[in-house]
Amino acid sequence: MVQDTEQTATAPAPAEETSDPAQPVVLLVATRKGAWLYHGDAARFSWRVDGPHFLGHVISHLQLDPRDGRTLLAAAKTGHLGPPIFRSTDLGRSWKEAAKPPAFAAAKPGEQGRTVDHSFWLTPGNAAEPGVWYAGTSPQGLFRSEDGGVSWAPFSCINDDPQFRKWMGTVQDGTPDGPKLHSIIVDPRDARHLYIAMSGGGVHESTDGGKSFRPLIDGLDVVEGFDRSDATFHDPHCVRMAPGRPDRLYQQNHCGIYRLDRPSTTWQRIGRNIPAEVGDIGFPLVLHPRDANVAWVFPMDGSMVWPRTSPGGKPAVYATHDAGETWHRLDAGLPPGEAWWTVKRQAMTADAQNPVGLYFGTTSGELWGSADEGRTWHCIARHLPEIYAVEAAELAA
Amino acid sequence: MKVLIPSALRSYTESGWAEASGTTLADVLADLDRLYPGMRFRMIDEQNKIRRHIRFFVGGVQVRDLAQVLDPNAELIIVQALSGG
Repeated sequence: MVQDTEQTATAPAPAEETSDPAQPVVLLVATRKGAWLYHGDAARFSWRVDGPHFLGHVISHLQLDPRDGRTLLAAAKTGHLGPPIFRSTDLGRSWKEAAKPPAFAAAKPGEQGRTVDHSFWLTPGNAAEPGVWYAGTSPQGLFRSEDGGVSWAPFSCINDDPQFRKWMGTVQDGTPDGPKLHSIIVDPRDARHLYIAMSGGGVHESTDGGKSFRPLIDGLDVVEGFDRSDATFHDPHCVRMAPGRPDRLYQQNHCGIYRLDRPSTTWQRIGRNIPAEVGDIGFPLVLHPRDANVAWVFPMDGSMVWPRTSPGGKPAVYATHDAGETWHRLDAGLPPGEAWWTVKRQAMTADAQNPVGLYFGTTSGELWGSADEGRTWHCIARHLPEIYAVEAAELAA
Repeated sequence: MKVLIPSALRSYTESGWAEASGTTLADVLADLDRLYPGMRFRMIDEQNKIRRHIRFFVGGVQVRDLAQVLDPNAELIIVQALSGG
């Protein structure tokens, strides 16, 4: 498949120059109707548009392999057809379908098997394992590829384990468009150390390369009236590992924002100091590439019927620079009101430059960016389909 | 037998019609997948079930069973409901 459409979107002049000229940033934007790539200039203020790719396909996630800086994987679904994963080794000029996409094991006689509705989350493996990728699906399943995403195999210890199946629940227990396995994290120090999260079903850790996982849910709140010791009732929205400090995890949960410093196994709620009228409810959470004390979130309204839109129609990113002790509001350049935005868990990200660039996409199809760590924001694109995921990547030189 | 391909699957065949052989519907779909790798999975799930909103017709009659023997002189028509609102 070859698609090549280019146009240019220009944003306001930068507030300051970047201090560390690095490889240009490319934003990988996955939407409910296709995917787009936005190639930034050195200042990250002008963006060259490449797309649409897969117009009309649901793209849940688009990821660049940081180990080679050129291989792209796209988790796709097309109408009622079976869900493929597409792979490109030329930055999207051509795509090839995975020969063996994620699929559950065939059911044993007398049992009812599951079918993958869509792959939701893609994570490249450890740098020491080139070619390894992980995928999380809906309904919830964990899959691994050892050949760069060409063929995928299920993790039976998760997908077919009775205890995990109980924690996962049924399609009626998950998010409205299907329960998700997400936030697959590989420890950069140890390829056998993995974390996963399930909505619902909790956060789980493996130290044996995925042969077994155990819950990591102590300290997390659950909806009132439910048993917090049961992983079934836990709904992590987004879990991130601090890039420069892999023993520190942050989490945006259905019930607040948390931090965990290993080897502790008890999460600490750190979102309570966000003003009460804003709250610490949301989907995405983004970490600084070098400073483990810095995190950004996009709070959304969790009151009454949980509209999950910007509180009061006034969108803002909230940042902490002290690991969650204090938070401050970042909304310069964002609409001052009447903007009822929703940002999904994969739709906010950071680049690795200095100062850090932040980016998010809304379900109303707007792509926003900041080249100064959130101090000022500018709109990169409008009128896109519902944005599911935004990733910032740097291409190979 | 001749097979009419729905528009959403013509990225595989690059044509509205394909030729595939086989005794049963399962055989014909396997032959299509041999000719156009990946195409079967888009229509048949990992539990060997016809996916929702995929339909097969031969001689105007719906074929619901993958094991059904097909008339090799007939045309297989694959229909896929469209969605995307």
